[in-house]
Amino acid sequence: MAVEDHSAPTSFVKKYIFSQDHKVIGLQYILTALFMAIVGGWLAVMIRTQITWPEKAMVTPENYLSLVTMHGTIMVFFVVSLALVSGLGNFLVPLMLGARDMAYPFLNMLSYWTVVPACFLVLVSFVVEGGAAAAGWTAYPPLSALPEAVPGSGLGQTLWLLAMALFIASFTMGGLNYIATVLNCRAKGMSLMRMPLTVWTYFMSAVLGVLSFPPLTAAAIMLLLDRHGGTSFFLPSGLVFNNEVLAHEGGTPLLFQHLFWFLGHPEVYVLVLPGIGITFDLIASFARRPVFGYKTSVYALWVVGFLSMIVWGHHMYVTGMNPYVGEYFSIATVLITAPFAVLGMNLVASVWRSRIRMEVPMYWALGTVAVIGLGGFGGLFLATSISDIYFHDSFFVVGHFHLMIGVVTVLSTFGALYHWFPKMFGRVMNAGLGKLHFWLTYVPMVALFFLMHLQGMSGLLRRYYDHSIYEFQAPGRELALVITILTYAAFAAQAIFFWNFFYSMFKGVKVGANPWNATTLEWTAPSPAPHGNWPGALPVVDRHPYDYDPAAEEDSDYKPQGVVA
Amino acid sequence: MTHADASAPLDLEQSSFNVSWQKAMMWMFIITDALLFSGYLASYMFTRLASDVGWPDQASVFSMNFITLMTFTLITSSATMACAVKAATDKDHKAARKYLLLTTLIGLAFLGMQAIEWSHFIGDGARLTGNPWGAPAFSAYFFMMTGFHGTHVLIGVIILLITFLHTTPVRIDAGKVELAGLYWHFVDLVWVFIFGCFYLL
Repeated sequence: MAVEDHSAPTSFVKKYIFSQDHKVIGLQYILTALFMAIVGGWLAVMIRTQITWPEKAMVTPENYLSLVTMHGTIMVFFVVSLALVSGLGNFLVPLMLGARDMAYPFLNMLSYWTVVPACFLVLVSFVVEGGAAAAGWTAYPPLSALPEAVPGSGLGQTLWLLAMALFIASFTMGGLNYIATVLNCRAKGMSLMRMPLTVWTYFMSAVLGVLSFPPLTAAAIMLLLDRHGGTSFFLPSGLVFNNEVLAHEGGTPLLFQHLFWFLGHPEVYVLVLPGIGITFDLIASFARRPVFGYKTSVYALWVVGFLSMIVWGHHMYVTGMNPYVGEYFSIATVLITAPFAVLGMNLVASVWRSRIRMEVPMYWALGTVAVIGLGGFGGLFLATSISDIYFHDSFFVVGHFHLMIGVVTVLSTFGALYHWFPKMFGRVMNAGLGKLHFWLTYVPMVALFFLMHLQGMSGLLRRYYDHSIYEFQAPGRELALVITILTYAAFAAQAIFFWNFFYSMFKGVKVGANPWNATTLEWTAPSPAPHGNWPGALPVVDRHPYDYDPAAEEDSDYKPQGVVA
Repeated sequence: MTHADASAPLDLEQSSFNVSWQKAMMWMFIITDALLFSGYLASYMFTRLASDVGWPDQASVFSMNFITLMTFTLITSSATMACAVKAATDKDHKAARKYLLLTTLIGLAFLGMQAIEWSHFIGDGARLTGNPWGAPAFSAYFFMMTGFHGTHVLIGVIILLITFLHTTPVRIDAGKVELAGLYWHFVDLVWVFIFGCFYLL
């Protein structure tokens, strides 16, 4: 049996700390990610402050590099991965599949408690000698391979590598658990092509994660050997440091870039796809009609997944690669537009001529759809090697990837939290505050990252400590102040969410099992769902996940996917 | 409340691909591990092509006859492993035990030969950081890849030993033997790639 017969825990420690219940673990992940998000957001505020008023020299140049590095690392691996992929995924996948728990509850607990020390190491690295890692979230050698290169290359980088090793271990355990759960633990009647799109995207995300992390593990081991074993995998001949030629010879830093981006590009889809899946489910629930093109969406997911693994070179156009190779990577990358357009069009068509109920989660879902379009459009310029050579390492890139793996994922995470909050705590979050939170997050975030595209077009380069000393950077700096003010606004607006989240947890309006009249299986379980998810028998699935009837009366226009006997 | 009393147990012995979940997980592990080795092999090729320092001629550094013998030994163990799986499926306890033990011993022989190989290589002056014949990456990759593979073989030998001890004249679990076999064949296959890429090309 894949699902162990574990009984409901009674002690506080087993129930809330070392819990094996997927819902508790999901919430642990989400709360950890929310905490890390405050740290990562604060780093963004500091970065913006520094580059807007460089003459004030708020931080040293070395610390500025650490800020940039750790902002990226924390946001990608310890906020979006934890909240959206590990957190919401853990909460939703078994409930939506009609399972009692994940396939391996103990492994699930282990994967959470592996990532906690990783978070700790990341936070601790700010106060060690030399400060936190400074080689960028991509950890490019030689900065990351030579412990003496910059202050952050020493202990900070070592702690960074340790944290990443723990994160990879945790994420792989989580991914295997998702795959096993989807393959083995579906309710009776839940065929693969009846799974909600949220579950499909988590499955794709887990497959991509499991396939793309091993080569990065190989790269990490080689980097460790370079740092501590004296090898030269990533260090070329004739590297001069402190007026001395280093003993390393024959290696190439480009190798690390290849291995890193072989993970790095699929990782983008690991993060974005669940956001898209959640958006599909939210739209179906509030547009009150079946999602458009369920099957084509599933096929498109597979195509996106496959293509995402063979396009990593588009991160490396300026490395002097053979133009024919660049041409290949351009074409393959632009090809992703096709399946992605299918997903986007299906999202839009799902709203077509529907009776939209503008509840709070729907704001976030529609916002996500808009940003997928806007962010994806910018991607075309970066996918094409000719235009990318101009945009490379400019704020255009920063704006683009923040829209895709920042805004799309954050909007869909918030939408999901507002949507499934009743299933977590049996209460709803305040709708007025939810809408206020939406507008105060959506407008500044989209505006600021859009303006960054314009900055990039005028040539402003990323990761610079002080743009003001270069005359050619002057045109791009004009928008800096506006962007910084928008950043402050978006950061401050999150206080509304935190208040709403924790207040509603205890004082929100109580609701029944299915407050949104939605069809998927989790809504047939009580709110909050008990240990084992369904107090009696498991539901039996007899139809596709989105059986809404646009022509029926307001309150009888849906049929749940499964029946609880 | 336990899950068991809440409902009839789910039919979880079979998964979507009509194989036991243990087997599905073993395949998943093999895929991820294969990608890890692919990472090493691709890196090796990349470094070799990009190297600005001369690449040593393997035939003059290694004794190719010895390496061929090592390869032959490991492939033989794949054959005996296949016999063990067949015997276990047929519930032939005696033959299964015999072939499992034989596979374990051949695995140990391979590890012994690898130890000889390493001590020769180190004795000739090869180190993780460099070697007398050319590009330092040559010996670094050697130690990393064969070391990694050797660790896999060692783990395989331990797994085989455990499987052997589990298989008694009265008890046999064909599924366990098959799982051990899957892992063992995979480790052998990886060696074929290392042999091809590192020694022959």
